[in-house]
This record gives sequence, structure tokens and C-alpha cells, in this order.
Amino acid sequence: MKFRTYHQVAGDDASRLGEQVAAQRSRIRERLRGVRRVVGVMSGKGGVGKSYLTAAMAVGLMPRLTQGVGVLDGDLKSPTAARMLGAAGPLHLDTDGVDPAVGLGGVKVFSMDLLLQEGQPLRWREPGTERFIWRGVLETGALREFLADVRWGALDLLLVDLPPGVDHLEDLAELVPALTGAIAVTIPSEESRRSVERAMHAARESKVRLLGVIENMSGYTCAACGRTGPLFPGEAGAALAQSFGVPLLDRIPYHATLPQPTGLATLTDALLAVLP
Amino acid sequence: MKFLCIECDAQMHFEEREVPGDGTFAAAFRCPTCGRRIALLANPMETQLVGSLGVRIGGRTLAEEPLELVRSAVLGRDDAFKEEPAPPGRPAWSPAAQERLTRVPGFVRGMVKKIYLEYASDREIALITPEVMDRARTELGLEDM
Repeated sequence: MKFRTYHQVAGDDASRLGEQVAAQRSRIRERLRGVRRVVGVMSGKGGVGKSYLTAAMAVGLMPRLTQGVGVLDGDLKSPTAARMLGAAGPLHLDTDGVDPAVGLGGVKVFSMDLLLQEGQPLRWREPGTERFIWRGVLETGALREFLADVRWGALDLLLVDLPPGVDHLEDLAELVPALTGAIAVTIPSEESRRSVERAMHAARESKVRLLGVIENMSGYTCAACGRTGPLFPGEAGAALAQSFGVPLLDRIPYHATLPQPTGLATLTDALLAVLP
Repeated sequence: MKFLCIECDAQMHFEEREVPGDGTFAAAFRCPTCGRRIALLANPMETQLVGSLGVRIGGRTLAEEPLELVRSAVLGRDDAFKEEPAPPGRPAWSPAAQERLTRVPGFVRGMVKKIYLEYASDREIALITPEVMDRARTELGLEDM
């Protein structure tokens, strides 16, 4: 080669992109300085009731943690946290940041739900071709801004409701190196066990501490008689907990008539026991 | 990204950028030894990719605004934010500039307005016109604003 290559040229790149990215990370660190714990709520599988449980955990823990609880809805494409927690905009915004909405029991919430037109999907202003190239980058950028620019204030716990899949927890762990840990949500079925198992392995590979497993839809509770019967075959929650050596935090039956997330007493106690 | 003048074996310096408003991006670099200039011309896809990272080619000249990437990249609801009005005594807006501002989606309008106001205030420009807006967009490297 007749000319020097990138690393042979000693100077910074002209745009100082490394510095710009470092500044973004620094903003997150500063913003989360008052947040004692950040916990990701994940599942390898969709439709397991993760968002409902995130809201229920927040509502249940709120009166038990003196500095309060926040919920960051990391599911940008199917955001539900704001509506589930009864939080609404408009959001107060100034040069320093944006205030989260406040939902049930005083839980602080931030969700793409608050920013989109009712019923409209998440759409990016972008050239119409090759969208797959930058869409993931934009989504991670949005999560970064939700962490860095929302005035979370002092919180005992910030729960991050992650979309299904294995890579979102890894993104969160990169953005928040001091991530406290993750809680995995499954339903009892074998299909769910296999899917959540992959997500939990990915968490371990990313050095994210697994705090426990919640098995949701663990039976069906009849609204008329109150008896709980079977809903899905399998015992994925117990199997995953045993396999990964983490506690099974709770097995929660499906209640067709619960209109809003309510604090689940057993789950709340179990969470308080595992939160460092 | 670094640019090397092969003849001089010297790293070229960032000089200026152009944001023509068609989704593309241009940046000029100059060799500090021989003065040779080159232009980096990015297509909309490349421009979007860099913008998606929340960084600016040539470096940032403005502090990052809260939710800057989300507000400039998401097609959001007009009434999502309750922003504080600009204090009186700031630069005025010409009717043409005001009209152009109304074409900016409400979701991002507050941020765009604030950026132009600060640009004009910093340069003691009393009246914001479309020409001032164009100049600010180019100088500050603002896409879609």
C-alpha cells in the first residue's frame, strides 16, 4: 500500500465521533445518577404478558420503595406502558429534558405511546429504501434518549420493559453498564421455555445478572367461582429457574376480569427479596 | 472517518458542510499542506445512517437537544409536548419564515424554532428569514429542519 491506513494516521477523525458517542453515554450516566437500580424485564417470546407484569410490579413496589418506581417502555413498536398505567401527556419539555408522565400510584412512565398519534404505528422520517439498515440504529438511539433525556429524578427502581427477542437486553446493558439485572417472563408452555431459555443464555453471555423468572398465565382463574384451572401445559417457569439457578418469583394465573395492573402481593415480596 | 492527502501524506481537516435539504449531505475537507480540497457527498441512505447514530459529521456545534433524535426522526403527534414559550425580546420572524415554520411538523417544531432562535441570537440577527434558516441549517448541519 502506498499510503497510510486509518490507525497509522495519528490524529482524531475530523468529526470526533468517538467523543460524540462518549458524550451520549455520559448523559445517560448523569441522568440515572439518582436511580438506584435499573432492571430489564425480558422474554424471548412475545405475548407472555410482560408489559402487564412490568406495570403490576411497578404498582406493587411503589408503596414499598421510598423513592419510587419508574417504568421505561422499551417496546417502541408496540408501546403499551403509558395506557396500562393510566399515564397521559402532553409532556413538559425544556432545554434540560422531558418530565415523565405519572401513572397509577405515582409510577413515573415514559413510552413511545405518549408520542404517537392514537392508533398509528411507529413511523420514522427516512428515505424509503433500505430501511432495515438504519432502523435498528434508530431504535437503539431512541432507547438511549429515553434513558438520557427523561428526568427520572430519584428512584429506587427503574423497570425497563423490553420487547421480545434476545438483542434488546444486550443493547440496554451496553447503554447502562451499571444495569442491576434482568427478570425473565415466560408462560408455562415448552415453546415459551425454549424461547426464554435462549434469551436468558444471551443475558448471561452479556454478563447481565438474572434476578429471577416469573411464570405468567399459569392457569386460568374463573371470574365466577374464583377457582384456578389449567390453561397451558408445561412448567416452564420452574424448569427455567432450576436450569439457571435463579428463583421462580411467582406463578400468576390469568384473570380475565382484571381491568388494570394491580400490585401482586406474592410477586412484590419476592422481588423485594431479590433486588440487591 | 479520516481523509488523507496522499501526495502530502497529511490528514485533511474538516472545513464546511452543506445540507441541501434533499436528504443528502456534503462535507468539504482541506489538506493543511497543499490546500487541496475534496468533498464528501453522501446519498440519503448514508446520510440517514449517520443521523441515526445521533452524531454530526464535522462535529457538534450545538449541544444535543432533549429527545433530539426521536423528535427529528419519528412521525409523532403534534400535541406530545408542552414547551415553554420563548421569552420576549428574541429575534423576530419574518412572515415567510413563520410560514415555513408552520410546515414543520408540530412534534418537532418547538425544537426547530429554538435552534433557529439561538442561531440568530448568537449572531445578533434581528429578523429570521428563510435565508437565515437555510444558512443555519447548513452551518449547523441540521437535516430535515
